[in-house]
Amino acid sequence: MDSGGERLTASEIHTELASLQTAKAAIDERISTLESLLKNITTEDESETASSTPAAAETPLTGQLTADMIYRYSRHLLLPSFGVEAQSNLLNSSVLVIGAGGLGSPALLYLAACGFGRVGIVDHDVVELNNLHRQIIHTEAYIGRSKVESAAATCRAINSTVRIVEHKEAFRTSNALDIMKKYDIVVDATDNAPSRYMISDCCVVLGKPLISGAALGLEGQLTVYNYNGGPCYRCLFPTPPPTTACQRCADSGVLGVVPGIIGCLQALEAIKVAGAVGEPLSGRMLLLDALSARIRIVKIRGRSLQCEACGENAPMTEEQFRNFDYEKFTQSPLSTSPLKLDLLPEDARITSKEYYEKNIKGEAHVLIDVRPAHHYKIISLPNSLNIPLSSLEQRLSEISEALGRKEESASLYVVCRRGNDSQRAVQYLRGAGFNLAKDIIGGLESWAHDVDPKFPTY
Amino acid sequence: MQLTLEFGGGLELLCESVKIHEVTVDLEAEETKLTMKQLLSWVRTNLIKERPEMFMKGDTVRPGVLVLVNDCDWELSGQLETMLEDKDVVVFISTLHGG
Repeated sequence: MDSGGERLTASEIHTELASLQTAKAAIDERISTLESLLKNITTEDESETASSTPAAAETPLTGQLTADMIYRYSRHLLLPSFGVEAQSNLLNSSVLVIGAGGLGSPALLYLAACGFGRVGIVDHDVVELNNLHRQIIHTEAYIGRSKVESAAATCRAINSTVRIVEHKEAFRTSNALDIMKKYDIVVDATDNAPSRYMISDCCVVLGKPLISGAALGLEGQLTVYNYNGGPCYRCLFPTPPPTTACQRCADSGVLGVVPGIIGCLQALEAIKVAGAVGEPLSGRMLLLDALSARIRIVKIRGRSLQCEACGENAPMTEEQFRNFDYEKFTQSPLSTSPLKLDLLPEDARITSKEYYEKNIKGEAHVLIDVRPAHHYKIISLPNSLNIPLSSLEQRLSEISEALGRKEESASLYVVCRRGNDSQRAVQYLRGAGFNLAKDIIGGLESWAHDVDPKFPTY
Repeated sequence: MQLTLEFGGGLELLCESVKIHEVTVDLEAEETKLTMKQLLSWVRTNLIKERPEMFMKGDTVRPGVLVLVNDCDWELSGQLETMLEDKDVVVFISTLHGG
């Protein structure tokens, strides 16, 4: 579109865009601050005049639904196997969803819509652009803001009669008991092993049913723990898996709809447990293989008498729970921040800025990118040679050949996504005779951060 | 003995990313049945192509792997002592943590 015959060069446009974006960020931040101030004021007002809100004003007769409730939930009430009774059970129940990510997003949408009395949301994270393909409760407008605030706003927009409680904090042994005590049912929508043990143990200590879901890549798993004498997470997995077996969505990828399906099924199980209808998925596990369109439901072991959490002899106490070190137990961090290795001496490493300067000066070198081939296809640095870490050993001759084509003093640099695999590669290469190999600290992420802000990250 | 073996939750990566394996396991002379213990060692020798420590620990599966014999947790059928029969389906699945 020609806006009034304006003629701008690309660099002028870039400059103006940059300054507008800075201004926009400042405005967004101010809006966020004001909104949260306003929310505090409204919450105070609400607590003073709680009985005057429309939903609460219309107090139903004992055991009956208000006219608004009957209309809103009419399609539930029309189900003979659900009806007024199960709907009333939902309205009198509360559910805590831990994690407002890929699983929590669809679960929360349905749990708020279906008429639970109270829905709590725990998360300490903020919304990022690369969340939106699967975390469908969040919108672009909330990028950079708290996931809990974002999810709560959507839930309130869908159903203003549900009490949405925001817990903008990480779920830890120090706050877990206090938070969970206030709810009837717990939905585990987290993304790491220590959280899964911690949430299951906390449910055992407090006697809460746990709707547990997980998704990664193209597969999902679902079961209900600690329900009606059924097993808990530790009955099934008494010993934590090796950390190398715990993949993260940020490394292995995940098809957005897969956690979507599992999250919806978690909402379904929570509704069954709260509504006291049907047969919750306890003592059974659902396994979803999205690519081959196969769902299998298997029978799993019952409660273990020897279980360290729920076993007959020594059930876990609140105090034991508070003092348990879940990160140590699973050898992995509760937060999902990526690993930062430090394997190499300083002289075996260069920063991305140093690499940039050497490259500009025309220093003869070979750059090996050790990421998997499908990562390399997403984006790569020019003139880099892709030899994935897993095949490095078999492809050493390619490195020698590449070096052979350069002048004698050519350097050898190794890069990866975040700077961990490149260190492993350099360690190996130095052992294999490439004594001058160096890794680029922080990988392509540091290149994007420190050298070329336009370089895509993923 | 013909068996269907399935790997999931990432374990398929240890056997060249193939999830379903239709296999024939030859029994020792004079034996008519196969135990899970024997099958595990057969799988380790014949199917696992890399990082065997991601599949087994000692003579059993590593922590975090569920074993299902005909859609039933092997804890319910005797774990390593479970007797397999012709056409049984054995699933090895690694527990997922992502979300």
